[in-house]
Amino acid sequence: MQDVTGHSWDASKAALPAWSLPKDAVDRIALPSEWPDRVTRDWALGGAMGDGVRVCILDSGVDSTHPLVGELESAVVISIGEDDEVIADEDTDGDVSGHGTACAGIVRRHAPESKISSVRVLGSSFTGSGAVLLGGLRYAIEQGFDVINMSLSTTKKPFASILHELADSAYFKRTVLVASAHNMPVESYPWRFSSVISVGSHEEPDPLDFFYNPSPPVEFFGRGVNVEVPWLGGRTLTVSGNSFATPHMSSICALILSKHPELTPFQLKSVLYLTATNVGGAP
Amino acid sequence: MTDQPDLRAAVAAGVVGSEESYRALLSAIVEVARSIFGATASSILLLDEETEELVFEAVVGEGEDTLLGTRFPAGTGIAGWVLATRTPLVIEDVHNDPRWSRDVAEDTGYVPKGLMAAPLLHEEGALGVLSVLDRPEQTLFSLQEMELLGLFANQAAIAVDLLLKARRAEALLGDGEGDLAVVARLATAVDALEDEQRESGLKLLNHLARTLGA
Repeated sequence: MQDVTGHSWDASKAALPAWSLPKDAVDRIALPSEWPDRVTRDWALGGAMGDGVRVCILDSGVDSTHPLVGELESAVVISIGEDDEVIADEDTDGDVSGHGTACAGIVRRHAPESKISSVRVLGSSFTGSGAVLLGGLRYAIEQGFDVINMSLSTTKKPFASILHELADSAYFKRTVLVASAHNMPVESYPWRFSSVISVGSHEEPDPLDFFYNPSPPVEFFGRGVNVEVPWLGGRTLTVSGNSFATPHMSSICALILSKHPELTPFQLKSVLYLTATNVGGAP
Repeated sequence: MTDQPDLRAAVAAGVVGSEESYRALLSAIVEVARSIFGATASSILLLDEETEELVFEAVVGEGEDTLLGTRFPAGTGIAGWVLATRTPLVIEDVHNDPRWSRDVAEDTGYVPKGLMAAPLLHEEGALGVLSVLDRPEQTLFSLQEMELLGLFANQAAIAVDLLLKARRAEALLGDGEGDLAVVARLATAVDALEDEQRESGLKLLNHLARTLGA
């Protein structure tokens, strides 16, 4: 066989191209997962505790001294250097607003055996916070976290294309990006991208209840109203907002991935759809 | 800031609302927000980009005598989080929780029992934060309230945008040295003319506009 340049080409020696599937390569992509006849919520996450799943809280920092949060795997604060390089220093300041601690507490409560890390992208300076947000997301993707909880968004259009690339890169690296949807009528990112799991709020009290939205861009609704969370200074507050629905979905992703670590983000989304309370997940 | 919006703002300053009228609009918005939610206070915080601080621009209810004009760093706290993330947030304190410590409140200054906050978004920017403090504790928060808060925040963002434009225009009017000051003075002068003088003034300006190819 010759290629388009006239050189001879041996298909058996070529690496599998990402954009096609030669006949003799079909066996090479056989998937290890054994799927049940019906994907149920019990199959998906029953008995799971999040063991070993690495969850990143991309937010305002996390107060690990709060008893409802506990030990973190790592904590860094992001800044941008003089040559626009992303700098990740060990974060010893904890949490600058309380929000990241709340998100970490939600994940700890529902996926207690997961490994939580904090990547702080807020607080160092208001100006340039968009660049820090992008830098923090890029850093988190490079660390290979299984789940990145992103309870924040940006309205800056120039950042949209870079965020889009980052979201796609996370998707292909098997990092699930769980992002808060905006509940105000504005264009914001990255929750609008189809490579992320976008989350709005429902008002039901069950923390593991989640709903599939047949009218995207918001894809799922998680528990986001009157949620008890840890806050700064050892306090506990009751909070509401899509930014708290997001760590509920992150927890559910961590539970599923701890039972089925082989799932890609695409497969995980499919499992979420099949086990959503309004699809096939109702008890 | 480009010249074009400044020019328009300079001309507009002579003929439309003043800082006072827009401030009154902001006060009216926070008053209605407080009333609708049955809250004890409501406020609008504006971002001062130069100092990276949030400034109390309109306050109604508790703190209205002391908070107006008060500043704090924009990068921290709950309002700072709302501003930086462009995301609304509702927080209610649990005072009877045994883990609650009064010392914490004293360390961190005034801590309301409850807080609803939404960003003031205009085009791609976040101009500030609308907050509603201490809504009735006996009622559970609902998603309808979140939507209502968002609607108020949108209205407030439009008012804040007008206020900021009026301020830029005022700055131009007050600055006799700037390149655009002549346009601002002209707009004010023509607006003050009456009857035949006004007609002649406008005719003259039309001639000038045609000469300049406008």
